[in-house]
Amino acid sequence: MEKFTTFTSRLAPLPIDNIDTDQIIPARFLKTISKAGLGDQLFFDWRYGAEAKPNPDFILNKPEGHAAQVLLAGDNFGCGSSREHAPWALTQYGFRAVISTSFADIFRGNSLKNSLLPIIVPADAHKALFAAIAADPAATVTVNLAEQKLTLPNGSTVTFPIDEFAKYCMLEGVDELGYILQQAPEIAAYEAKRTLSIDTLA
Amino acid sequence: MSKGNDARPKPRTIIEKVWDNHVVAERAGAPTLLYIDLHLVHEVTSPQAFAGLRERGLKVRRPDLTIGTTDHSIPTHDRSLPILDKVAEAQITQFEKNCRDFGVPFYGPHSDKQGIVHVIGPEQGLTQPGMTVVCGDSHTATHGAFGALAFGIGTSQVEHVLASQCLLQTRSKTYEVRVDGTLKSGVGAKDIILNLISRIGIGGGTGCVFEYTGSAIRSLSMEERMTICNMSIEGGARAGMVAPDDTTYQYLAGRHYVPKGAAWENAVALWRQLPTDEGAKYDKRIEIDASALEPMITFGTNPGMGIPITSVVPDPSSISDPLERDSLGKALRYMDLPAGKPLLGHPVNVVFIGSCTNSRISDLRAAAKILKGRKVNPKVRVMVVPGSQQVKQQAQAEGLDRIFKEAGADWREAGCSMCIAMNGDQLQPGEYSVSTSNRNFEGRQGKGGRTFLASPLTAAASAITGVVTDARTLL
Repeated sequence: MEKFTTFTSRLAPLPIDNIDTDQIIPARFLKTISKAGLGDQLFFDWRYGAEAKPNPDFILNKPEGHAAQVLLAGDNFGCGSSREHAPWALTQYGFRAVISTSFADIFRGNSLKNSLLPIIVPADAHKALFAAIAADPAATVTVNLAEQKLTLPNGSTVTFPIDEFAKYCMLEGVDELGYILQQAPEIAAYEAKRTLSIDTLA
Repeated sequence: MSKGNDARPKPRTIIEKVWDNHVVAERAGAPTLLYIDLHLVHEVTSPQAFAGLRERGLKVRRPDLTIGTTDHSIPTHDRSLPILDKVAEAQITQFEKNCRDFGVPFYGPHSDKQGIVHVIGPEQGLTQPGMTVVCGDSHTATHGAFGALAFGIGTSQVEHVLASQCLLQTRSKTYEVRVDGTLKSGVGAKDIILNLISRIGIGGGTGCVFEYTGSAIRSLSMEERMTICNMSIEGGARAGMVAPDDTTYQYLAGRHYVPKGAAWENAVALWRQLPTDEGAKYDKRIEIDASALEPMITFGTNPGMGIPITSVVPDPSSISDPLERDSLGKALRYMDLPAGKPLLGHPVNVVFIGSCTNSRISDLRAAAKILKGRKVNPKVRVMVVPGSQQVKQQAQAEGLDRIFKEAGADWREAGCSMCIAMNGDQLQPGEYSVSTSNRNFEGRQGKGGRTFLASPLTAAASAITGVVTDARTLL
């Protein structure tokens, strides 16, 4: 995983609550056996109309949205299916963070494993961000993970919560599986004392 | 407080007990390393995980705790026919290769045990009380009906479990969903869960594991409990559990992978320790009066947008929060439904009876009860898709397939089918379905398709009349 660094970016606003992973990447694109090409399918059914013609009203089809590395979305972003294709599609498109008032659990976990930062902000800051972007589509925010700070377009900052371990992994580019496998002795010790078990090979 | 009381262990919920039993290691500043007892794998969310193992030169640590099946992208037409979608075919072929290369047992398209991953786990006795169960699929919550801690994971975590049989996890909050009272005739498990989600919203359980308790839950069969636990994720909770009881043990006894003889007795004795201790505290609670429930149906584009079938579609103008108001307005525009009007009588193009929520034998029996001796409305395409080959065989042994076919419904092979619409079974733009599945998101059943989620009874009744129908008028 690449190390996550501080950056400043425009925002792509998507003021809709409960954006589910079927919208982020429709299920018909999950027949792939690789991760390639998913960025082109991000928000496909909102982004494109009949015959895959770009929908001019959708934010990612506008110049200001296209340039953004931060998605500003409504509450409970990423609900629904567990598909990791959702954060893969978002990062391949170029997003590095999503701001919302809350995230669905599985999506949040998947994002943290893919250098996509889910930023939870209080409702007033969330409203202020939508207002700022409406007033000036070129408005920017600065994302500082090390200090857990988001600098709003007016220069004020809000802090955001993140699990300490996830933060460490993102900042240092730590591979979580490598970390787990270091604990092989503990895993073996646990297995030695397990009482009940199935055997799918039987 | 006396010293004796202090020494007594703190009362725990079943959620905490199963968690505690699976802690492998706890290091400062890191999440708990949690052991996984059963890993279910399917073709859609595993290819990149197996690729990751190959890149790193890793093996599957415990193939004996892992099982694969093909369910999501597999066609539900005659299995002797070729798979026309070459991308889907390549995915299924790759899945079989991955399982063979890594020694993971699997039920392929032609196995008589193939089926939806959340149907076959319980059916084969793989899912057992007190286990941790994971799968790269959010409806893994289904297995919680057995008192297992079961939750969906992403593909990175599929790779973690394949390689280590463990996951890094942080403890969830506990949330008691207490359902007391007796259900009215024509009201069932699907109506309980749709009612819960309509109350707490689709983010209401975020960060939590549900435990379903109360007399109404106790009186449900295992298949009904599975329907409820299945949709825990639609309430935002990664997992939902029901403590095991005699209903659970009766269901499990004699199934293929459960212990036999003295080992069975030992297992049951351990399982009896699992239910929540008296005096255990939950972080959150909600109570539902089962006797007050009506059949539920959704009108919108998320599973929280549900109403009693006798009620009317809510009006966005009555909502004060602007984002919420916009979301409801957007949903009604997508669904092309007027606010303030009933759904009853709304024309339907397709009825889908299936999915990991409602494709088990009792679901098919419920649908058959309505369809028997009747004909489906000629304007409606009706698909009945059993959850597994075993369910299919059982239904055929009972003659349910004949009831469906004589009524004019399409009797299919097992799979996820039109729940997720990635196998060719899908709605056309603008079509309305009454569906026994779990998600009514925009385009979920096909781009531009519109879904009303409901019980098998409601779906079957609507198939007969061609409009959204209260099944109690046909019972």
